[in-house]
Amino acid sequence: MTDQTREGVQLAASQLSVHELVAGYPGRRVIDGLDLEIAAGRVTMIIGANACGKSTLLGALARLRAPISGRIELGGEDIARIPRTEYARQVGLLPQHPIAPEGLTVAELVSRGRHPHRGLFARWSARDTAIVDQAMERTGMTALAERPVGDLSGGQRQRAWIAMALAQDPSILLLDEPTTFLDLSHQLDLLELLRTLNREQGTTIVVVLHDLNLAARFADDLIVMAEGRVIAHGAPVDVLTAETIAEAFALESIVISDPLTHTPLVIPKPGGSHTSADAG
Amino acid sequence: MLVWIVVGIATVVVAVSAMVLGDYPLTPAQIGEVLLGGGTRPEQYVVLQVRLPRLLMALLAGAALGVAGALLQGMLRNPLASPDLLGISGGSTVAAVYALLVLGITGPALAAIAFGGGLVASLLLLAAARGQAAGLRLILAGIGVSFLSASIVGFLMTRVQLQQTQSALVWLTGTLSSTPWWQVIVLALTWVLALPVLAVLSRRLPVAVLGADTAVGLGVRPGVVRILVILVAVLLTAVTCAFIGPISFIALCAPAIARPLVAHGSLAIGPSALVGALLLCASDLVAQFAIPGVAVPAGIVTGALGAVFLLWLLATSKGRAL
Repeated sequence: MTDQTREGVQLAASQLSVHELVAGYPGRRVIDGLDLEIAAGRVTMIIGANACGKSTLLGALARLRAPISGRIELGGEDIARIPRTEYARQVGLLPQHPIAPEGLTVAELVSRGRHPHRGLFARWSARDTAIVDQAMERTGMTALAERPVGDLSGGQRQRAWIAMALAQDPSILLLDEPTTFLDLSHQLDLLELLRTLNREQGTTIVVVLHDLNLAARFADDLIVMAEGRVIAHGAPVDVLTAETIAEAFALESIVISDPLTHTPLVIPKPGGSHTSADAG
Repeated sequence: MLVWIVVGIATVVVAVSAMVLGDYPLTPAQIGEVLLGGGTRPEQYVVLQVRLPRLLMALLAGAALGVAGALLQGMLRNPLASPDLLGISGGSTVAAVYALLVLGITGPALAAIAFGGGLVASLLLLAAARGQAAGLRLILAGIGVSFLSASIVGFLMTRVQLQQTQSALVWLTGTLSSTPWWQVIVLALTWVLALPVLAVLSRRLPVAVLGADTAVGLGVRPGVVRILVILVAVLLTAVTCAFIGPISFIALCAPAIARPLVAHGSLAIGPSALVGALLLCASDLVAQFAIPGVAVPAGIVTGALGAVFLLWLLATSKGRAL
């Protein structure tokens, strides 16, 4: 990483802002008129009940689907006008179900993260190698570099994908439920890793997460969504209240302070769920 | 690295053998002399009009099939995908057999019609390639087209005189004998067309196979990659098929051999081209000289070798890749 590019990344002041976003599928508006600013250089986590539009929002930020209307800006520029490769240099995505083809090794997977940085006819450079090595080192994958991704455990596999996203070297990294299928200690591991990246490299991290208490523990900013709207946005301690949880999840709970981290801890009341069995 | 030197040397050995062996045996020195403009008239005829075009056709066509197979298998993440399975060769075959048996067409026109048949089949594939479940739909559509073309060919073959079916049968098995220069040149030009697209795909396909969302996150549009893969695979397969018939198994086997040699899970597009060229060239050599005095079409050898290879692949640990 040269000083120049690091400076360039910072100059881009990569703040994502969403204006009157309408998104969803033909005939169904999952998100209908959403405004949002995602602060640069922070860890933002998006929580909400199933089908509240949080993955749709993340997809719109990642340009998986063009908005029906409204616009998203990166550092003040409409992202629909930014060439795809250039956008990929700034905004990376770890989707919920990435696919590792049979036999693909960790090193080969991670090196594919360099794609947006390579010119069409540019050869693989020493700098590419250095960044790939660094990405594997940060995620603790160096010793597993030559192993096929398919042979790894769930936690290792997710780290391999994060290493690929790191090789992409984006200033904003979007992750869609990265802890699904991981046991608790690997969930903590992974979120710890993301926070370290944020603290050490200044990477803006945006995560859709299911677990409220882990989100509260690791997020700088929490976005609570319900029915395609943002119903609360701010520091976990301000946002995660019994009222918000009741509104977002139709769940009665009490919120106490985690004795270890002093972040909010949501404790559902017995029989406090008001969602019907088939909803969700 | 070592393994590629071995494959490279094997290709050279097979290529030299193809030039040296035959009813009119020549030494490498004689061949060199002819290539430099010398030699006797018969030598010139055998080298320049018979063996060299046949060898070049085998190399270019083998490489084309290897690449088409590698692209389709990579994109569909299915090691059994190949132009034969997807019905591209089937479309060419129906058109060619119809032209040959019913319309009595031969020569360049036959090749053009076979190419057209492959294109029609590929239009069906492109229509099936839209949307999310594209991979599965492509394979199902391809299998459907393959069966349909097999039954149409069967119908045509039963409707005509016995002696007519003879020429159709030779084309159907795939043969490299009496390859004219113009076919070599057209296939070479096809390669010239395909190479820039392959250069683009060699960068984007490895990203696209990580899943549609991952690909978009890395700045690659998977739909565009899919269409480019189909176009190039169809172009290379249909032209090859038009000239030498639906040679079986090369497109399936070449990538299956090349990928484990590359070992780290890449798509092995270039290596598949090399292995494909070697396979077809060697098969043609075996087809000509394995049974003394009886030359069989190369397609019979590729089919026999391919079937054995497939079983071996399934029986050994390498079969895990299937």
